Amino acid sequence: MTLPLLTLRAVSKRFDNGVEAVGRVDLEAQEGEFVSLVGPSGCGKSTALRIIAGLVAPSAGMVEFPCGRPELGFVFQDPTLMPWADAATNARLPLDLKGVARAQAQARALRALHRVGLEGFEKAYPRELSGGMRMRVSIARAIASEPKLLLMDEPFAALDELSRQALNDDLLKLAREDGITVLFVTHSVFESAYLSSRVVVMTPRPGRVAAEVLLSPPAASRDVSWRMTPDFADGARRVSDALKSAMQAAQGPGP
Amino acid sequence: MRSTLRYLLPALVGIAALALWEFLVRHYAIAEFVLPAPSAIARALAGNFTSLLGSLLVTLKITWTAYLIALAGGLLLAILFSQSRAAEMALYPYAVILQVTPVVAIAPLILIWTGFDHVERAATVIALIVAFFPILSNATLGLRSVDPGLADLFRLYGASRWQVLWRLQLPGALPFILAGSKIAGGLALIGAVVAEFAAGSGTSTGLAWRITEAGFQLQIAKMFAALALLSVAGIANFYALTFVEWLLLHRWHESAVKREA
Repeated sequence: MTLPLLTLRAVSKRFDNGVEAVGRVDLEAQEGEFVSLVGPSGCGKSTALRIIAGLVAPSAGMVEFPCGRPELGFVFQDPTLMPWADAATNARLPLDLKGVARAQAQARALRALHRVGLEGFEKAYPRELSGGMRMRVSIARAIASEPKLLLMDEPFAALDELSRQALNDDLLKLAREDGITVLFVTHSVFESAYLSSRVVVMTPRPGRVAAEVLLSPPAASRDVSWRMTPDFADGARRVSDALKSAMQAAQGPGP
Repeated sequence: MRSTLRYLLPALVGIAALALWEFLVRHYAIAEFVLPAPSAIARALAGNFTSLLGSLLVTLKITWTAYLIALAGGLLLAILFSQSRAAEMALYPYAVILQVTPVVAIAPLILIWTGFDHVERAATVIALIVAFFPILSNATLGLRSVDPGLADLFRLYGASRWQVLWRLQLPGALPFILAGSKIAGGLALIGAVVAEFAAGSGTSTGLAWRITEAGFQLQIAKMFAALALLSVAGIANFYALTFVEWLLLHRWHESAVKREA
């Protein structure tokens, strides 16, 4: 067995205001995996993602990258674009901050924009783009720095169903082509069942891992028609059941 | 059509008001030293044009000098505040004191310090004091109003302090800075005029002094002429700054984006 890309050991987080957001989470991600974190809102899945990114320090536990800290990409729930900069400049941001030479950075940013389907919108400002297109710019920015690990925090929650499906498919394609490991936070059972090779179900706050659901076939063979197969329905049902029992266990008599 | 009306309607109102004014003054034979007719004011303006224009330039020079120093100084201090919480805590109360002290009350002091032979200098300092605070407070607010998501992103990619300031805080603060600078531009002109009134005599040659002088000599038409020039200068200043704001913001900021109705 190869070393995992990422290991969380008993990671917990209690905020200064006393809220215990994450309670002892153990998690592993292998290279190339597409892992979804599913749980009720407020279960700390976003906080877990921010801890992995190093934006929040854990109160206890360890985040380890056994093969060395990989290049990270982060996609937030909002596109979080710079409104004063055009799409290409936004996509170029990680490269600019790392001091990549302008011409090279611009070429890579344009390529990333083309890969997410934004040919012809390189010079458009965020306010001139639709919600789905803004999210595409956000994804282009995340892949422009060629990350090994992509952290996504409910990125498509605010989008309409059509944009969401299109982005799901494009995301799978990008992750497969680049061999990116994705950690995807969502509260949609169907989205997690569609995208993931493995779904990690979390309990209500403070979030712990309640169950893991392995899905087949592997993410590589999925496309739109897969949404109609019994395999997909079966995966969605298993995730849904796991979530239900995690919720019930939490509501049962306390210790 | 609508845009023509936008300019035509206020112009018509202005012309109508001037015509009524002219009519009332003539009809009731009001003395010129009480209320001069618009035609008399126009004659006064034409007759004293060179001296009034020279005075206007003096006032404008004071205004712009004060404005530019206030802009640079306010911006630098706001940047310092954004980098050091301690500096902000230490200095901000004094900026507030400077702001709340009525400038007319300290004008005589400043005149004494700069010397009565240098009224222009005193006027520049006073205009600077009134123009400084709106820029400082708006820029400070703007530099602090960073989108937290973008701030996280900059941290994730290991941005330096300088990169955060230059690529995130300053562009984000631009709408605030420009709003402050527009207020400051108007206040600088008022400050320049107030300073000259406070000086009340002597070596100054700005428009405010022309107004005072004309008042002493009961040349009321000339007073109005100087006042009209002052208004025109103020309006021109305002629209120049509005134009700069539009240039810098119209591609991206909601305040400057033209709505398609």
